[in-house]
Amino acid sequence: MSQVMRSEIHESPLEVGHYNLRLYVAGQTPKSITALANLKKICEEHLVGRYHIEVIDLLEHPQLAAGDQILAVPTLVRRLPEPLKRIIGNLSNMERVLVGLDLRPVTAP
Amino acid sequence: MSITASIPAAGAARALAKARTGISGLDEVTFGGLPAGRPTLICGGPGCGKTLLATTFLVNGTVMFNEPGVFVSFEETSDDLIKNVASLGYDLGALVAQKKIAIDFVRVERSEIEETGEYDLEGLFVRLDYAIKSVGAKRVVLDTLEMLFAGLGDTQILRAEIRRLFAWLKQRDVTAIITAEQGEGALTRYGIEEYVSDCVFLLDNRVSDQITTRRLRVVKYRGSAHGTNEYPFLIDAQGVSVLPVTSAGLAHAASDEVISTGIPGLNQMLGAGGFYKGTSILVSGTAGTGKTSLAANFIEAVCARGERCLYFAFEESPAQIVRNMRSIGLDLQPRVDAGLLRFEAARPSLFGLEMHLARMYREIEEFAPAAAVLDPISALRGETGDVHSMLLRVIDLLKSRGITAFLTNLLSVEGMDKSDAGMSSLMDTWLSLVQLETNGERNRGIYVLKSRGMNHSNQIREYQLTSQGVKLVDAYLGGSGVLTGSARIAQEMVDAASSLRRTQDNERKQRDIQRKRAALERQIAELRAELESEEEEARKSLQRDEELEKRLQAERRAMAIQRGGNVS
Repeated sequence: MSQVMRSEIHESPLEVGHYNLRLYVAGQTPKSITALANLKKICEEHLVGRYHIEVIDLLEHPQLAAGDQILAVPTLVRRLPEPLKRIIGNLSNMERVLVGLDLRPVTAP
Repeated sequence: MSITASIPAAGAARALAKARTGISGLDEVTFGGLPAGRPTLICGGPGCGKTLLATTFLVNGTVMFNEPGVFVSFEETSDDLIKNVASLGYDLGALVAQKKIAIDFVRVERSEIEETGEYDLEGLFVRLDYAIKSVGAKRVVLDTLEMLFAGLGDTQILRAEIRRLFAWLKQRDVTAIITAEQGEGALTRYGIEEYVSDCVFLLDNRVSDQITTRRLRVVKYRGSAHGTNEYPFLIDAQGVSVLPVTSAGLAHAASDEVISTGIPGLNQMLGAGGFYKGTSILVSGTAGTGKTSLAANFIEAVCARGERCLYFAFEESPAQIVRNMRSIGLDLQPRVDAGLLRFEAARPSLFGLEMHLARMYREIEEFAPAAAVLDPISALRGETGDVHSMLLRVIDLLKSRGITAFLTNLLSVEGMDKSDAGMSSLMDTWLSLVQLETNGERNRGIYVLKSRGMNHSNQIREYQLTSQGVKLVDAYLGGSGVLTGSARIAQEMVDAASSLRRTQDNERKQRDIQRKRAALERQIAELRAELESEEEEARKSLQRDEELEKRLQAERRAMAIQRGGNVS
């Protein structure tokens, strides 16, 4: 059930500019599947070789929800680099995800 | 699905199950508590006690009813929350450690959250579910759910999710409290009341004359009767209490038992020999007439019977009252020490009238006294109508419990106040203390203005505050009317002098008569003696005549013999 959702990890050595990302989902809903697909796409485009995605299913680990202050699902948490960032939603708005991850400066449209 | 399921339950004839809050008064107002297994909305402006009321509901739930609870805080961190409610005497930390209460702080910070596409609040549901399971919660508080609107932008999703949350809570069969800020012209800022429609409370913190009064109103309670008024409520070191003090009506029982006024002379003035138990007594008088002293005598009499007495002091501190009463030979301290007398002193300006009432209500409930003293009611500030309404409720409260009420009222020097006239109809016994000013001195006079259900004296009696308590002086009743003070003493002296004079007059008259009698008798004796001497004279002269006659006859016989003639 959750081999796709959990531990989808791309190993890469820790270095400056390394992205440690956590995606919180609650079960295998269309929203969470879309979110993970979108996230992978963004990472492959912008962070090749310097990211790490951890998927946490809150239905299996409900105790983890409080620690990272998860409210909405899906939530993407950028744990590294500091500061901690939260992006909620299915990550369909690519521009906003990039802004949220600080991969693109906020510019006037 | 949960919505359809709830319809037959609501339509069923059986009474709505209720979860008691354990908050004194609130359970009375709601006839049993909050609707069990349903969400209740508490709305109100900032600082009106929503969080504290909700916390009390949770703490009481675990402590009194063995129903663990979950507190989901959107505003305060767990530590802050624990610290804040410690002021009410709740040890939330210990309850958390004992796994009776779970606190989850949900941090919603708009600046930290980027929204990218569709989402739902399943994370909140997961956390809530986890927290509920971790303590086996029956009660849930969401404080303040509306913070979500400030933190998240998509109100459409939020509204849908909030609706789902309430349905979910109902399904879980937990009794929930949701707090919300009051909005402009609406119950809540974001219209949450649309979703929580079973039970809605409105809290209010009103300032009038710079005095704040907290009030609670049950706006709606589906499927249940409820009190509809605004009720004052208290938040202090003893927690939260709502005071359902209303005009209780006139159904109280009347007792025939008579209790002493504490002053023997005053007992005599009242036809029944004292006050009827459970009635209301008003003592009114100008400054320095001894209202508090009269109250102290009454208290002493109550305590001497081993009954409890509650003293609400509005102008003096307990220590001051105890000290002052020693000067009239009453030591109230032993009564305080024995737990028979309790003082509750507070400046009238400290709270609003409703808060005073609320505080009194709680004290009366807790102490269950046989008598209560309010000294003085004139210190209570507010519109005449408000004061009247408050006192009416105090008296109703006391009467419904059979507690004798002893109220003092300070009058301005001119005489009867408006407030006094307003009060009179509420009172069963009204004693008036007056200053009698005559001949350059003031004396204290007391009279019974009215005393329902008994014959009573119509006299103004003088009384004195002596070192042995309040003493009524025997009235001087003479031709000149009722006299007091030195006038009475002077009149008594005048009376004594005239009485002495009368006695002396009588004695003199008696002596005169005796003297006359003696003189008369002497005269009689003299006359008699005169008569006797005359009689003696007469007798002697008769004797002489007889002797002369005899001598003449003898001479004649001798002559005849000489002549030799016949002796005839």
